Amino acid sequence: MKSMMVSKVVRNVVRYFFCVIVVLCIAVPLYISVMGGFKELGQLRAAPMSIPDPFNVNQYLDLLSGARGSFWRQLGNSLITGIGTVAVVLFAGTLAGYALARIRFKLNGAIYKFFQLGLLFPLTVAILPLYLQLRTFGLLDRYLGVILPQAAFQLAMMIMLLRGFIKAIPVELAEAAAIDGYGHFNFLFKIVLPLSTPILTTVGVLTLVTSWNNFFTPLLVFNDPIRYTLPMGVMDFMGEHAADWNMILAFLTLAMVPAVILYIVGQKYIVAGLTSGAIKG
Amino acid sequence: MASRARFPTLVVFLAPALIIFTALVIIPVFEAAIFSFYKWNGLGAMVDFRGLENYLRFFKDAIIHKALLHNFIIAVVSLVLELPLAMALAVTVSDRKFKGAVFFRTFFFLPYMLSEVITGVLWQFIYHPQYGIVRSLFELFLPGVHPPALMGNTSTVLWAILLVVIWKYFGLHMTIYIAGLQDIPQEQIEAATIDGASRWQIFRKVTLPGMRNAVQLSVFFSIIGSFQLFDIVWAMGKGGPANAGETIVTYLYTTGLQRFNIGYGSTIAVCLFLICLVFSFFYERIVARERT
Repeated sequence: MKSMMVSKVVRNVVRYFFCVIVVLCIAVPLYISVMGGFKELGQLRAAPMSIPDPFNVNQYLDLLSGARGSFWRQLGNSLITGIGTVAVVLFAGTLAGYALARIRFKLNGAIYKFFQLGLLFPLTVAILPLYLQLRTFGLLDRYLGVILPQAAFQLAMMIMLLRGFIKAIPVELAEAAAIDGYGHFNFLFKIVLPLSTPILTTVGVLTLVTSWNNFFTPLLVFNDPIRYTLPMGVMDFMGEHAADWNMILAFLTLAMVPAVILYIVGQKYIVAGLTSGAIKG
Repeated sequence: MASRARFPTLVVFLAPALIIFTALVIIPVFEAAIFSFYKWNGLGAMVDFRGLENYLRFFKDAIIHKALLHNFIIAVVSLVLELPLAMALAVTVSDRKFKGAVFFRTFFFLPYMLSEVITGVLWQFIYHPQYGIVRSLFELFLPGVHPPALMGNTSTVLWAILLVVIWKYFGLHMTIYIAGLQDIPQEQIEAATIDGASRWQIFRKVTLPGMRNAVQLSVFFSIIGSFQLFDIVWAMGKGGPANAGETIVTYLYTTGLQRFNIGYGSTIAVCLFLICLVFSFFYERIVARERT
């Protein structure tokens, strides 16, 4: 009995040691970024790990006031492309997901398979023709030029999630609605959508996160710095302030804040969406 | 209500998704296949048909060989180091009696939420030979020794990037495993415990088989992700120095959109796609065979 107690204690010590090491591996870089933004260059060079002394808020103030860099505008650009992508995915994805789940027609299976092709095609394969196409349509340096391709490459996955959910809504509800003489539009808007908030939120949050962190598509489409999103802004800022690491770290820290907030607010939905394939179907 | 609908209704429901998806995913993919047979800079008419020339060049291109090797190393190291680490953490923080588990698992997922570019730039600082943490560690433990410029040295840059890849993505795999673990009936584990099985035996005989879906999914993500890697590498030196950090997609990007060699760039894209497709095909096969 005693040896079991001892082994339990040992096991706990090992477990905490393991977890704390991993926590440190994540926390130390983040700590360095936040604190580095408060340091003067000399101190950052001499002691990157220390607490800032003196606490110098100038870097953050310069960025927030717009004296250096374009944090707010880039945040706005990230928001516009992100919300735009979410809107397109939810609109097109819900309509298609509903039709594929609830309407019987000849090509239903074929169209579903067609969308599933999207899971096979990564953005990288299409990137060069996509660039030329956007140029032909005059969508380079336009928000839509990022929103539409991002939405297009999310659709396959999201239609799958939405169709699966809508299919699982009990049939009795549909029968009751049919008796009430609802058409498909009424049924979708009055019955399916209110019941689908969890999946709509999952799809929305997941799309927003993907768009928020996306670098490849904006890099392709936005040449004009006025359109730069935050990840592009970070690269650009680093190029311009190559030696001022305290400024760069302050910028990084500010650029991380929205993602961290999004994580705290949407954690449940992000995890649910990303792991939906992990459990037995 | 699996009922019928009039044709116009059907069009309204399906047209938006079909149009966006066809115009921006399907058509470009087929165009890439066509471009790959031409020499073309993207301007003017595409008239210089070269047959298989681009493909032959692909197989002989020394930078492609390098890049493929790098992608392969990233995939293998992720499988051998990252996934077991993620599994160990998932098992650890799934124990309901382990205090702080929820905090740990929430925190471990945080790097996955940060953009690749932010992560890459932050680690450039950590590796910086004049400022970074690596330098501080050298001063602390090996005073007098010059800290290496990890990002500037052809023999270290790939490993420096790999560490960041693991830092960024292990949380995703851990989260997938946690979901898989929750799917295993608690009674099975209790029954095995009563039968006197050791923890390791339970893990091998009950837990791991029960998590088959989760493991398959994470292995798939990890390998495909390794071959699609771009953002982190781009933010950490654009594949340099001297192609030592080059991956297929960074090379694809430089070839196609910086040198405007659309034809050869498309060939690289098509080959990358075929590699991923062949892999998915065999992976499905193996997975299906294991099930029976």
